[in-house]
This record gives sequence, C-alpha cells and structure tokens, in this order.
Amino acid sequence: MEKTINITLKVWRQAGPKAKGGFETYQLDNISTDSSFLEMLDVLNEKLVSERKEPVVFDHDCREGICGMCSLYINGHPHGPDSAITTCQLHMRKFKNGDTITVEPWRSNAFPVIKDLMVDRRAYDKIMQAGGFVSVNTGGVPDANAIPIPKKDADEAMDAASCIGCGACAAACKNGSAMLFVAAKVSQLALLPQGKVEAARRVKAMLGKMDELGFGNCTNTGACAAECPKSVSLSNIARLNREYICAKFKD
Amino acid sequence: MWLFNSSVGRKFVMSITGASLVLFLLFHASMNLVAIISPEGYEWICEMLGANWYALVGTAGLGFLVFVHIVYAFILSIQNYRARGTERYAVVERQDGVEWASKNMLALGLIIVLGLCMHLAHFWAKMQLVEILGEEPASGMELIRMTFSKWYWAALYMVWLGALWFHLTHGVWSALHSLGLNNNIWMPRIKCLSNIVATLVVLMFASVVVYYFCMGCCA
Repeated sequence: MEKTINITLKVWRQAGPKAKGGFETYQLDNISTDSSFLEMLDVLNEKLVSERKEPVVFDHDCREGICGMCSLYINGHPHGPDSAITTCQLHMRKFKNGDTITVEPWRSNAFPVIKDLMVDRRAYDKIMQAGGFVSVNTGGVPDANAIPIPKKDADEAMDAASCIGCGACAAACKNGSAMLFVAAKVSQLALLPQGKVEAARRVKAMLGKMDELGFGNCTNTGACAAECPKSVSLSNIARLNREYICAKFKD
Repeated sequence: MWLFNSSVGRKFVMSITGASLVLFLLFHASMNLVAIISPEGYEWICEMLGANWYALVGTAGLGFLVFVHIVYAFILSIQNYRARGTERYAVVERQDGVEWASKNMLALGLIIVLGLCMHLAHFWAKMQLVEILGEEPASGMELIRMTFSKWYWAALYMVWLGALWFHLTHGVWSALHSLGLNNNIWMPRIKCLSNIVATLVVLMFASVVVYYFCMGCCA
C-alpha cells in the first residue's frame, strides 16, 4: 500500500531580481512517499493555482538527473539531503511525517534570483564560451581510434565530463566559488590529446572569466565535491591550479 | 599581475607563504626541543642567532611572509564574503568530509596572530629587540622557565598551539593542493601528511611548555 506523509514547507518567495524576498509556509497533506521532490512541488503549485494564488517558480527540465536544470537548496543542502543525486531524483521517502522542509534558491553573487527559486546561471555559460571547447577546422572527421588514449586518462576525462553545470558547487561553497565547475570543464579537455593543444589558452580564459563574473576564491573546504550530484572529484581543482600556474609561468 | 588579479594566483601566494611559514615552524620547534635536551645548548643557539645579520635577514623575511599571508587572508575573506551574495542561507548544514578547520581558517588565524603578539612580547622583545637596540639580551632559558612556570601563560600557550594545530591540519594539504600538487591517489596521502606535520610541530612546541610547567611546579 502507498504510504503518505504530511509536511510543512518553508519556501523562498521573491517577486523579481530586485524585490525583497521572504519565506512562505505551506502545509501539504497526504504526499505520497513515492513521489519525487519536484512532483511534490507540482502538487503544491496545483493547490496554489486552485486557491487562485501565484504558483512557486522553480527550474526543472529532464527530471532524470542529466540536464542540470533543477537547483533547489533543501534543508541546507544543494539538491537535498541525499548524496550524488539531483533534486529531481530526490524522493519524498527521504522525509518523515511531520517534517518541516526549507527550500531556498542557490545563493551566490554570480547567480542572481530571477523569481522565487529560479536563479540566473548564465554565468556558467559565459565561462564555457570563454574557452570550454576545442577549436576544430571543418573537414574530414579523423577516425576515433587514430589517436591512442590511455584508459586511465579517458576514464578520468569522462568522470570530469559528467559535470552537468547545475551550479550546486558554487551554491554549496561558503566562498561562492565556481572552481569545481571550471576545474571539471578544464580537466575533461586537458586530459585528452585533442584538448591539450589549447590547454593553456583555455585555462587562462575560463579562470579569468570566472573571476570577472564575481565568483569567490577557492579555499579547499571540499563542500563542492561533497554536494556534487555527479560526484566530480576535488582533485580536478588541483589539476586546474596546476594547469593555470604552469601556463602563467610559461608566459 | 596574475599573483594579485587571479583567484589561482592569490591562492598561489597564500600557499607559498603558508608553506614557508610551516618550514619555519619546523625549524623553530626543533630549536625549542634543545631547551629540554640541553639548556646550555639552547643558550648557545640564542647567542648564535641573536641580532646577527643572518638572524635579522631571517626575521625580516619572516615578517614579510607573515604580513603577506595575513593581508591576502583578509583580501580573500572579504572577496569570498561578497561572492556569497547579500542574502544568506537560512539553513546551513555541514557536509560529510568537510573539515571544521577549513571553514574557520580566518578565525583560527586571528587566534594565532593574538598568540603571536603575546609570544613576541614574552620572548622576542626581551631578546632580539633589546639586542638590536644595543642592550644586553635576556637569557632565553630564564625566560622559558619564568613564563611557563605561570599556569595562566602555559594555558594560553596551549590554547594557541591548539589553534595552530587546526590551522595546519587544513593548511598543509591545502597549500599543496593549491599549488597543483595533488590527484586522486595523493589526496589521502597529503591529508595524512598534513596531520602528521601539524601534530609534530605542535607536539614539539607543547613539550617545552609542559616540561617547564612541570619543572616550575616541582621547584
């Protein structure tokens, strides 16, 4: 038989980027523990609409943990209390009957709130545009096996590439630093021969953009890696530091 | 200049100055151990260093390192506080695997600076400073015996060393990480090294405090 719980939600409501925000409290009864966190919010919004109130705005898209759109800070953790999952993969069975759940938007100077729980994460796109790519001339595509790549490097690059750019790292960091994101995006290319060619230019451009956008300085607390829904490793940050310092010394 | 304008550059400066200060601590602590093994030997070290040109150059260098480390710490803390945004989280939970020390480096640093002021007033001002001013320096051994025989000074020094231990457990591995000297295999190793170095430094310093406190009690 399906189990249901009654919960109290404290949700951050903010009319717009410049408006003053505050918490609103909602009571939700008979929430199925099989529903996901976002489905629970859908139930809340349906209730709000039926009461002719404005629904809560939150980001979501694929709802299967790969797009990186959902972005809620739930009970003091980005993507909620469970580890290595996104908000959409969080289920209500993680909560108990009578729990009060506090839902906040990502808070970082570089991620301004658009409305309620939705934040502007274009800062990450700008960092990618600054250098998170490999320049290729159009023409014949070389065979994938023409360049031998050690399995270890390929695996590590793939692990770094699992970053979905959701922003949980910057949201979790007490310094509002985006280092884990930049480190993952630098690493996924720097580890591979195709990416090594432009590695120095890339790391300088991406890190410069990160600093320019108002993200903080990394102090190696490791909160980012602890909260990352894709478990991106902290050692990527060491690689970013190494790449950057070497690039600067070569200049 | 990238050492000032970029976040990795600023971390680089913090790591280099911090790591150099750790090396100094190891040097200072091994010197202190001599005070237990051989008081005469310790007096000889005090005399040899004194206000000789190499000791003065070393002191000036140390002062510079400490100054840069502290100035950068404040700049970084202010920048990081701003980067967090104007609204703060209502609920803050601790994450698994995040050291307490790593989130409180500035506070620990402030305790260390206060302790340093106390320490400079107790020893440096009566030894090297008076020698620079051309007077006869006080005996190092006498100062050690006098200071640590008082329970309140001994207790304050222990608190100071406690803060230093927490600061170093994060500081040592973090410095190596910031310099890029880390990967998945070395992460647990350098964290272990960090604990060993921190414990070694603090034990060496603390042993002198405890030894001369006990000697004071017995006398």
